[in-house]
Amino acid sequence: MGETLHFHYDVDGGNFTSAGDASVHVKRKLRQLGFPPETIKRVSIAMYEGEINMVIHAGGGTADVFVSPESVKIVLADKGPGIEDISLAMKEGYSTAPENVRSLGFGAGMGLPNMKRYTDSMDIESELGVGTTITMTVNL
Amino acid sequence: MKVGEFAAKASFSAVSMPDPDREINGVYAGDLLSWVMGNAKEDNLWITIMTNSNVIAVASLVDVSAIILAEGVELDEKTALLAKEKGINVLSSEKSVYELCLTAGSLL
Ligand SMILES: Nc1ncnc2c1ncn2[C@@H]1O[C@H](COP(=O)(O)OP(=O)(O)O)[C@@H](O)[C@H]1O
Ligand SMILES: [Mg+2]
Repeated sequence: MGETLHFHYDVDGGNFTSAGDASVHVKRKLRQLGFPPETIKRVSIAMYEGEINMVIHAGGGTADVFVSPESVKIVLADKGPGIEDISLAMKEGYSTAPENVRSLGFGAGMGLPNMKRYTDSMDIESELGVGTTITMTVNL
Repeated sequence: MKVGEFAAKASFSAVSMPDPDREINGVYAGDLLSWVMGNAKEDNLWITIMTNSNVIAVASLVDVSAIILAEGVELDEKTALLAKEKGINVLSSEKSVYELCLTAGSLL
């Protein structure tokens, strides 16, 4: 595998059941490509948290994954409400998730912190009323 | 210990057991999915009372050896089928989370 592979996914906004399908698909692909289990876990969990966030907080979005021998880059983009205070949102335990989402086991306010923890770099660009784009990289 | 042997010794019923030979290397108990993803380890038993389909995705991403459903909670048919399809072992028990931790602690 010399060149970069690209996977594109549309993440459905209203659907908690299919949320995670893209991450599980990426996990399977990386396994087929022979990536180390620890790398696969970091990529797929970070992506799953981001995917879930787009479903809960932004009405869906897109996920693009770029796989090269050196790194895996994940770009999550949505046209949701945006994040007003990014450093507050990054705090462990901070969440604006509604009660119905909490009853599913989400909304612990640990999603963004997990994404940061499991990746080597994470960049959040967000504008109120326009949307949010999160770029994460896991190096090999 | 392997999941199949563990289930038999503890007399837990199997909701889904596509992979009884999975090795167990520890236990994690919790219901908040981000905490589970942040802290549970590969090959752990995961004890929970959550039953929605996202539990199967989380189990698959973390790569736990089995889910143990506590307090007699049940998966609906669709979710049980999903677990089998995704190769996720799911056991169930009437015991509380605390009692399950004790059982796992004494058997493992
Ligand atoms: N894509 C997004 N669009 C808008 N707001 C978001 C997005 N992702 C995260 N947030 C905000 O950041 C907060 C913290 O996110 P996170 O740590 O994943 O916790 P949780 O999803 O459990 O609430 C969310 O409650 C929400 O207010
Ligand atoms: Mg979240």
